[in-house]
Amino acid sequence: MTLNKGSLFSMSDEPAVSTQDRLRKRRQNINVLFRRDSELRGKLAIYFGAILIILATVSLTLFLVWQGLRLFLFDGVNPLHFIFSNDWNPGDSAHPTYGAFPMIFGSFAITFLSALIATPISIGTALFMSEISRKWGNKALRPVIEILVGIPSVVYGLIGLTLIIPFIAHHGGGIGYGLLPGMIVVGLMIMPTITSIAADALQSIPQELKSASYALGATRWQTIYKVIIPAALPSLLTAVVLGMARAFGEALAVQMVIGNVTDIPHSMVNPAATLTTIITLHMGNTTSGSAFNHALWSLGLILLIMSYIFILIIRYLSRRSKVL
Amino acid sequence: MQTLVDVKEVYSTEGLSLWYDKKQALKDVNVSIFEKQVTAIIGPSGCGKSTFLKTLNRMVELEPKITIKGRISYRGNNLYDKHYPVEQLRHRVGMVFQKANPFPKSIYNNIAFGPRLRGIKNKQLLNEIVERSLKQAALWDEVRDKLNQDANRLSGGQQQRLCLARCLAVDPDVILMDEPTSALDPIATAKVEELVHQLKQQYSIIIVTHNMEQAKRVSDQTAFFLNGELIEQRKTSELFAKPFHKETADYISGRFG
Ligand SMILES: Nc1ncnc2c1ncn2[C@@H]1O[C@H](COP(=O)(O)OP(=O)(O)OP(=O)(O)O)[C@@H](O)[C@H]1O
Ligand SMILES: [Mg+2]
Repeated sequence: MTLNKGSLFSMSDEPAVSTQDRLRKRRQNINVLFRRDSELRGKLAIYFGAILIILATVSLTLFLVWQGLRLFLFDGVNPLHFIFSNDWNPGDSAHPTYGAFPMIFGSFAITFLSALIATPISIGTALFMSEISRKWGNKALRPVIEILVGIPSVVYGLIGLTLIIPFIAHHGGGIGYGLLPGMIVVGLMIMPTITSIAADALQSIPQELKSASYALGATRWQTIYKVIIPAALPSLLTAVVLGMARAFGEALAVQMVIGNVTDIPHSMVNPAATLTTIITLHMGNTTSGSAFNHALWSLGLILLIMSYIFILIIRYLSRRSKVL
Repeated sequence: MQTLVDVKEVYSTEGLSLWYDKKQALKDVNVSIFEKQVTAIIGPSGCGKSTFLKTLNRMVELEPKITIKGRISYRGNNLYDKHYPVEQLRHRVGMVFQKANPFPKSIYNNIAFGPRLRGIKNKQLLNEIVERSLKQAALWDEVRDKLNQDANRLSGGQQQRLCLARCLAVDPDVILMDEPTSALDPIATAKVEELVHQLKQQYSIIIVTHNMEQAKRVSDQTAFFLNGELIEQRKTSELFAKPFHKETADYISGRFG
């Protein structure tokens, strides 16, 4: 009896355990299946997003290249003439001419001049925020700068139009329009961009490096210009290049203050034009398929090429070895 | 006995207390540091060893909300005198940190950093200083062919010796070391200890360590800290053989900390 009982017991017990086990295993299998499934779906979503972005970029580029090349392919304009000549008059129905150099010059001038005034002020502010008074910098300056970054460019343009241009005109600067107000307005616009990126870069310099410098008897200024700035240099340059890219592409604010005359300006207070201002000014007025319209697309193509160059520079800077 | 009388004091502190904001980290510390000796600072984590070390080159002032009371004299001058030129002090008192912290510059420029701060521009002289310092830190043979290479590409042990060479390059009087071997393997540790042994011919060295054996091996004097207080400071051999205080005995026998 006892033996029987024992065997019965064990018999009734064993299948129960194995069923439980089997159940558990099955649940695990289901879990694995399910996990595989959700992983697959996640992967698909990510790949889909990535492919979509790549496709959009590639097709945008191809489209712009195609549109931009039509002027040279179908309207018989020499690309070299387009880039290096000053005779921009595509609206002339009898003798249209397509020398875009004044706008190319204007765009580069605005970009470099605005970076020239914005860089020292921005880097100085960023240094103040990270090295002189981090508390003040993060509590007061950072929010202000974030607000400045978010202000639409038309507001900067309005400020230029109502404050800066009358001021320049009043102090002997002709009618006030030209590169000078453009450079001030765009400089103001890109300053917060450069400052916030530069401040992040400076604040990410490890404390140990600064300690090493102070422990060797360096003063604060020596530490800043011998250790902190060299260590942060690639990121600081990236900040400036990003600012320049923004300046190069800015249309609205510049259009409001530059005067939009397609000549090489003789001075900082002579009206000038940039690629973007001419595109926004005329794009609505040309019929598609006309040579004038193609010429505007060609200006756009130059903008695209330049933005690719800016990106290449930034990539080069961020990959650059930090040995100095 | 004769030599003991002749030994000069480099540092002495009297009633040194220090607060981080409201938290007291050093309590009434009286220590003497002797010339051309190795002084080991031991004690459990958080007892104020690093803080004490940083008061000696005034690096502690870089922390926010510091209050310091008492007196530290270095070669007879009160360090916390407002007029004491802190940069000059740090030219005389070098520091090696727990984590090797080479600048993201070449090996050469790491070593030349200190001399350049002091206005040395002569290329020839800088070359000599770089070579001498690297030799002193027993790193010359390993890096002589790659002085222009990024210092961060050296191994951890090499980086720590580079940091030592960097502080030797300004020809200091005292070298402060805060757990310089805690991130190194036994072989690299042995190298650094060997260096400490050689360098004490010329320099006074203060070394913070968690490793009792290391303290025994390298130091002449040992100071034991506990909760911000100096429990006892004596000759290393005596302190480890016959500690005066029960706390010291407990700590060195590994009963806490
Ligand atoms: N910057 C600081 N701000 C506030 N408190 C600090 C600061 N640095 C250290 N302390 C405190 O002071 C005390 C002593 O710290 P210290 O770093 O000197 O200890 P330690 O003996 O070096 O410890 P360990 O062996 O872990 O390095 C600790 O309680 C610590 O929390
Ligand atoms: Mg410590």
